[in-house]
Amino acid sequence: MTGLDLPGFADPVGDAQTTFRALLDAMARPGTLHEVADLAAPPPLGAASASVLLTLVDGETSLWLDASCMAARAWLVFHCGAVLTDDPATAAFAVSIGMPPLGIFCAGNDVAPEESATLVVQVEELGTGPAYRFSGPGLRLPSLLQVAGLPEDFPVQWTANHALYPRGIDLVLCAGARFCCLPRSVQIEMG
Amino acid sequence: MAEGITGPEPNVKRQRWMAVLARASVTEIEALLAGMEPPRPHIRLRGPEIGLVMARGRAGGGGAPFNLGEMTVTRCTVRDAGGRIGHAYVIGRDPRHAELAAMLDAAMQDEARHDRLERMIIAPLAASQAEARAASARKTAATRVQFFTMANMR
Repeated sequence: MTGLDLPGFADPVGDAQTTFRALLDAMARPGTLHEVADLAAPPPLGAASASVLLTLVDGETSLWLDASCMAARAWLVFHCGAVLTDDPATAAFAVSIGMPPLGIFCAGNDVAPEESATLVVQVEELGTGPAYRFSGPGLRLPSLLQVAGLPEDFPVQWTANHALYPRGIDLVLCAGARFCCLPRSVQIEMG
Repeated sequence: MAEGITGPEPNVKRQRWMAVLARASVTEIEALLAGMEPPRPHIRLRGPEIGLVMARGRAGGGGAPFNLGEMTVTRCTVRDAGGRIGHAYVIGRDPRHAELAAMLDAAMQDEARHDRLERMIIAPLAASQAEARAASARKTAATRVQFFTMANMR
């Protein structure tokens, strides 16, 4: 067996465009929940993380896989055409189950802050668990979101990441078919 | 099963049958398939989808590659019930051709069916393609110009 058992998007162009639009909205309104269409994702990935990766990753972006995502490796390589890298510091995208330490990824540099990594992190659940308070650009009022499965020191790690602005890492939190985005501009406190 | 698929160079063999399938026409493949048991079910992993590839060539003394032009290609990848993955890239815009070729590529990797498919499908297609190539070579050879006058002139 090659580990490649599942197709990608049913409608590659349409589904990628729909997901991309949802990602744009999610990045513009940090912490709002968005949903992707149903997709038979390769375990351990959920529909949301698989759709986001299919949409964003291609042969020109390097992808770092957390050890727990290796089962989906063949699927990601085939359907995204992803170039895998072993070194998180060189990855344009990273996917992991649970939050990896933010410090190991590239935060860009002052001349090209857009070269920082975008992390697709699959958490246990969105909408239950500890509440986080988000504020910053895109949010008229601070918003609250419950996320289960983030490490305890996440707000501290995030404060360090936010302090790097305009450098910094962008996060896409996924659980099942739902996802939300946390761009580097957002400030996070325990709610 | 003298030859099978696991010879010293399995990739070379696979390349050969994939090339034969890509060059064959849908009508030819379907006519040959009609004489066999119905194909086993498969799922489509990707495509069939139509796209462009840049065809490159080499010419001149240096042999540096240049872009000849873009050409239309249809590709398809399927998986059969045994988990075998079949790929196909065919020239043109015929999704049916790409899917048939991918399905047969997967089936050809099955030891149990390989020899029969080789005999019933690949060999006849390869023979007709070789015949067409030979016929075209004969036609070309008939109009060949021998520059013997230049060779003999001093």
